[in-house]
Amino acid sequence: MNRPPLAEPYPTRRTLLRTALAAGVAAPLLSGCVTGGGDDADPAAGNTGAKSADNPLGVKAETPLEVVIFKGGYGDEYAKHAGTLYTRKYPGAKIDHQGLQKIGEALQPRFVANTPPDVVDNTGASRLDIATLVAAKQVTDLSALLDAPSFDDPAVKVRDTLLPGVIEDGTFGQTPLTLNFTYTVWGLWYSKSLFAAKGWAYPKTWDEMLALCATIKAAGIAPWTYQGKYPEYINDPLLSMAAKTGGLALVRAVDNLEPNAWKAPGLISAAEAFAELAGKGYLMAGSEALTHTEAQAAWSNGKAAFIPCGSWLESEQKDVTPPGFDMVMGTVPSRTAGDQLKATAVQAASSESFLVPAKAKNPAGGMEYLRILFSKQSAKAFASTAGTLPAVAGATDGLTLSSGLGSVRDAVTAAGAETFTYRFRTWYAPLAKALDDATGELVNKRITAAEWAQRVQKAADAIAKDSSVQKYTR
Amino acid sequence: MRHGRWRFLAGALVPALVLHVVFVLSPYAQAFYLSLTDWTGVAGEAHFVGARNYARLGGDSLFLDAVRNNAVMLVVVPLVTIGIGLFLASMMHLGGRGGRRGIAGSGAYQIVYFFPQLLSLVVIAVLWGFVYNPNTGLLNGGLRAIGLGGLAQSWLASPALALIAVMAVLVWSSVGFYVVLFSAAIDGIPRELFEAALLDGAGGWATFRKVTLPLVRETVQVAFVYLGIAALDAFAVVQVMTVGPGGPDGATEVIGLSLYRNAFTYGKFGYASAMGVALFFATLTLAVLALRAGRKERLELA
Repeated sequence: MNRPPLAEPYPTRRTLLRTALAAGVAAPLLSGCVTGGGDDADPAAGNTGAKSADNPLGVKAETPLEVVIFKGGYGDEYAKHAGTLYTRKYPGAKIDHQGLQKIGEALQPRFVANTPPDVVDNTGASRLDIATLVAAKQVTDLSALLDAPSFDDPAVKVRDTLLPGVIEDGTFGQTPLTLNFTYTVWGLWYSKSLFAAKGWAYPKTWDEMLALCATIKAAGIAPWTYQGKYPEYINDPLLSMAAKTGGLALVRAVDNLEPNAWKAPGLISAAEAFAELAGKGYLMAGSEALTHTEAQAAWSNGKAAFIPCGSWLESEQKDVTPPGFDMVMGTVPSRTAGDQLKATAVQAASSESFLVPAKAKNPAGGMEYLRILFSKQSAKAFASTAGTLPAVAGATDGLTLSSGLGSVRDAVTAAGAETFTYRFRTWYAPLAKALDDATGELVNKRITAAEWAQRVQKAADAIAKDSSVQKYTR
Repeated sequence: MRHGRWRFLAGALVPALVLHVVFVLSPYAQAFYLSLTDWTGVAGEAHFVGARNYARLGGDSLFLDAVRNNAVMLVVVPLVTIGIGLFLASMMHLGGRGGRRGIAGSGAYQIVYFFPQLLSLVVIAVLWGFVYNPNTGLLNGGLRAIGLGGLAQSWLASPALALIAVMAVLVWSSVGFYVVLFSAAIDGIPRELFEAALLDGAGGWATFRKVTLPLVRETVQVAFVYLGIAALDAFAVVQVMTVGPGGPDGATEVIGLSLYRNAFTYGKFGYASAMGVALFFATLTLAVLALRAGRKERLELA
């Protein structure tokens, strides 16, 4: 308790209340000693049991487990199912399952008070910024889980049951901290039936794309639309194209905030491609002001031929897509003949991110719960209802998939090892904002590709220089 | 007896005072303190960083955009709202034939003007988002229907129009309340004054300028303060309605939105608190200036 008063003051409501009542404005001077006491105690003390082949994480059977799940488009039945499997294995454990939408609002005060739940599905619009959580050391290292035998087959470790890139997506520095449950693939979506009726073939190169756009426009349909209110949607094909041209070296340079990474020829040329798309009038008029719902509805109603989106599009459009539309996802066409990656390469990343808080009372139980959730049987149950790929390899084997999800699975199979993802969006949220703004300007013809690169590079340099931002490399 | 009175007073005041301290003053004190730390919002600890957060504000181009936009709104929104509000209120009272009474049906107008006040600001923003839709929106649809399709615009997506579109919504949503407020103020002016002005041969405009306006001056002043505070906020409408939100490219960024993004998206609660404190002083200054400015001449109606 002999802390210097200003070194680590604890700005909790309680301290401020007390000090404000006692001393009015001079709050910080008094707050240092008020809550300092119990924080260093390990909240998980006494809550781990002996490890065994059947219980590799050392779960203490009767310890209660609190699970907080984002109850969004996928519901939370799949998580309850995993909970049932957990209590079947540990009948003495009581699971407190909560399916919420406002994860951040509910959990922020609990992280601050050091009383977080044992498992958190940190997903949805109000999720907590993961980089901030990580920097504040609020997340448990999941290495023990990844090295544990998988729930289905004790001969295979958990880390070997996941799709490519899933572990990297949750790794900060060298430590795996989150595990993402769903696997999202980004591409360009179109109606297979419309293309078949018109005799259009999905383009493999950007030149073919431009030629096809001219045909589509002549047929009285807008070639492209995009979710203009949120320019990050049209960033995805742009960045995918750049990654194919420049290869993984380009992706890493961008994520590592290397000087002039955004001025790489691959990025400039991808930006030029999208500037040309806009310049030739191939984007549906008015797209720039449409929400994702409005733009996607226009596309589902046949007003535009292509729309960029992630693999959640099919379930999102379930209620507004006419029967026989048969949406499928194509991969972003190659920009040049000398591209580093093949045209089949896809931008793919896992999402729906699960973590075990560092201050959880039952971290062993939390990891055990994740081991069960990431088993093939849980993942299969999820895939059959959620309409999206789980991050567990082979989870869709033997299932009959809808046209969209089937095309996504085929794209992942065709890509093989050539999947890539950018990490800067989760690592450096302000850079993502600067990029979105710049891309919005680019596709509205208000800036050129060179100016676009200039602006984004400036924002990247500002982050690189900012000592208050924790840096990651890959 | 005296003792009982003190107890009564304390019983009546203390609960309210405690609530005020707990839920109003303490969060203020907390925000002031947090603005001097690097608190992330997810950990129980924060480090004191002095005035560094405030120093950063000056170099944050998005925040400067926000300050510029709020400044524009601070000038335009109160002026336009009060202008329209005064015009409508005086028409409802004196716009009728002969200038002795309001135009026909003024009671009904008063109710209709008040309608937007009954809607939540978020609902208003959503509705106007539909109105501004470039392809299917009411505004462009209306323009096309009357043959002015050439004027149809991508209202919220063009940097030159987006802020104007936002301000129009703010004005639309608040004007009804000020019509009612000014009506009440005009009602408080003795009839004889208007009749005297009429007998002296004053027209509508002269009556408004020489009689109505001076006598509702204090109400207008209060309206200025309220509207100024609303214009310094504008968060809800911008967050719900605009591209980005806050776009295109910062064209509708407001301080509240920057604050929200830094706190809840970037996890920089310390820095966001600094924005909040800056906004607090801006609002306070505005209120003090606006109330000081017109304190001098107070008209007594004997």
